[in-house]
Amino acid sequence: MVTLKELPIEELFASGHRLCAGCGEGIINRMTMKALRGPTIIVAATGCSEVATTIYPYTSWRLPWAHVAFENAAAVASGIVEAYRAMARRGAWSRHVDVIAMAGDGGTYDIGIQALSGALERGHDFLYICYDNEAYMNTGIQRSGATPHGADTTTSPAGSVIPGKPEWKKDLIGICAAHGIEYAATASPAYWNDYITKVRKGIEVNGPAVIDVLSPCPLGWRHDSARSIELVRLAVETRYYPVYEFERGKYKLNLNISKPKPVEEFLKLQGRFGHLFKPTYRKDVIDEIQQNVDANWNRILKLCAQN
Amino acid sequence: MTILGLTGDEAVAYAVKQGKVDIVAAYPITPQTIMVERFSKYVADGEVHTGYVCVESEHSALSACVGASLTGARVFTATASQGLALMHEMLYIASGLRCPIVMGVANRALSAPINIHGDHSDMMGSRDSGWVQIYAENAQESYDWTLMAFKIAEDESVQLPVSVNLDGFIISHCMEGVDVLEDSVVDEFLQSRKPLFTVDPEKPITVGALCFTDYYFEFKRQQVEAMLNVRGVLDKVCKEYRGIACRDYGVLETFGMEDAEAAVICLGSTAGTAREVARRLRAQGKKVGVVKLWLYRPFPTDEVRAALRHVKALAVFDRAISFGAPYGALCSDVVSALHTLEESPQIFNVVYGLGGRDIQPSDIELVFNEALETAKTGIVKEPTMFLGVRD
Repeated sequence: MVTLKELPIEELFASGHRLCAGCGEGIINRMTMKALRGPTIIVAATGCSEVATTIYPYTSWRLPWAHVAFENAAAVASGIVEAYRAMARRGAWSRHVDVIAMAGDGGTYDIGIQALSGALERGHDFLYICYDNEAYMNTGIQRSGATPHGADTTTSPAGSVIPGKPEWKKDLIGICAAHGIEYAATASPAYWNDYITKVRKGIEVNGPAVIDVLSPCPLGWRHDSARSIELVRLAVETRYYPVYEFERGKYKLNLNISKPKPVEEFLKLQGRFGHLFKPTYRKDVIDEIQQNVDANWNRILKLCAQN
Repeated sequence: MTILGLTGDEAVAYAVKQGKVDIVAAYPITPQTIMVERFSKYVADGEVHTGYVCVESEHSALSACVGASLTGARVFTATASQGLALMHEMLYIASGLRCPIVMGVANRALSAPINIHGDHSDMMGSRDSGWVQIYAENAQESYDWTLMAFKIAEDESVQLPVSVNLDGFIISHCMEGVDVLEDSVVDEFLQSRKPLFTVDPEKPITVGALCFTDYYFEFKRQQVEAMLNVRGVLDKVCKEYRGIACRDYGVLETFGMEDAEAAVICLGSTAGTAREVARRLRAQGKKVGVVKLWLYRPFPTDEVRAALRHVKALAVFDRAISFGAPYGALCSDVVSALHTLEESPQIFNVVYGLGGRDIQPSDIELVFNEALETAKTGIVKEPTMFLGVRD
């Protein structure tokens, strides 16, 4: 894994952006920039990172950065990758350029899944990073395919009959792995060296790679913005968000949590799960979530054991 | 001179091949598919250096094209009907980001009910998307305009996407003798694209930033200017093209308009039929004429006014319906162009050929006769005539 000393001092993601205090995306952007190996172009989907880092005439990006639309970051990246290859064939381009697409979970799990699937199937050489904050935060906290069961969002509100989102989160890594790509991984920004190492790995892979990185959102998760990193560490320590990778057909657990904390410890710090604690303690729902966490952990262990 | 037997779609593909396009990203849809089928064979046979991105939808097709265009590459895509509708969001982004993409559109009716045949509903629904729109009459024009389209789109003062429209099946699938240029002549005419800005890592820029109330309007105003610049650039490109191909192009073409009292104005393949009918009627001493628009966006207001200034009656052919509007799209534009004339002609709209319904010489003759009658009486009997429909 990468060490602090190996990271470049240079900041390609400038301060002064307008992301919220405690937002995971700013931290993730900065760490991503520390993992680059050379000339790189960033393709951004519509979302918080885009609206808060490139308010015309300002930009936080000291490298080429392009936002085109919400659902098509993977398709735009395809065009860029292939255009450089084609221009090289006619002798009009000689350098290698890395392309990284960055999109939120709405732009990845939901509206962008088709463009992502197409790009993975076609095998373009690019890295796709999903900032997974588990809901449409930019439009005001609506549920997405990445929103966890039981979470209170503005379109899966906790009501007197339905206690938050009834459905469970999609298995993005499984979907990506099923495309037969070389590399897919999850990461938590609390483990910076794991994340940066994975970004570098994803860039170095010859072909598409995908990273789903858990991105704390103080506004949407409704937690103390000073505790964002603590929270995404707790997500891992409770096995709520397993950190693992899929590389050349093999699964590997990167952070083994042998003595997990109860998922309740992760849930109770967040307003999106507040209705599970007050006014009535919803042990039934919390137990259900814990069972799902356990089942998912065992599923991943089994995948890893198949190696 | 080399004459090849090509359908309209094949003629477009041939022009794209000669245009040394870097990226083609497209998705199959009838009646466009032949364009990309032929082109992918050029790729498979190593005849081009082009990267052919076989995307999973038209939305991704145009998205990939935008990405590619931002690198400075020359880019082409093709679509029709539902595919164009699916691209709709991206049409505005392609023009707003000033990507000089060229798109072949084999015009086809929109669902529902589903129909694969030719009409202009698809592109008319996209007429405000900031794309330059050109309509070809036949395979030859499809070839010629595709070559010219790159030059117009990529001009420094334009930097806008251009669509070359050909009527589905009538042009896209009909084989004609197409006079093609030598590769070396095309190379000379269509040199490499010289982009103003690219996402080059050596000179980093931010593209597609968020523009609020303080800047958005100015960006849109700049697009208006770019559209205005198309006129001069198109004339220049047509002139240059005349020099290499000996074929005359411009914003519109007229027939019999020097003394016409009654005229029709239309787009695409219908113009050929209209011209033939007009020729016959003029031989009978009837003063009729035809105006065919090559350029629909930007709308050539001045030329349309100049061409139609002296006619007494005018029938405007729309191969699309604008539901609930006073007229079809072309007719509304023509009325707008003429309304400040001291003596505007009497105008009526002819909606025809929807879903590929055939338009016969006898249909057009009927319209000419109606226009001549209107010219005589000064009275429009029916503001909109639905030609060839069973009521």
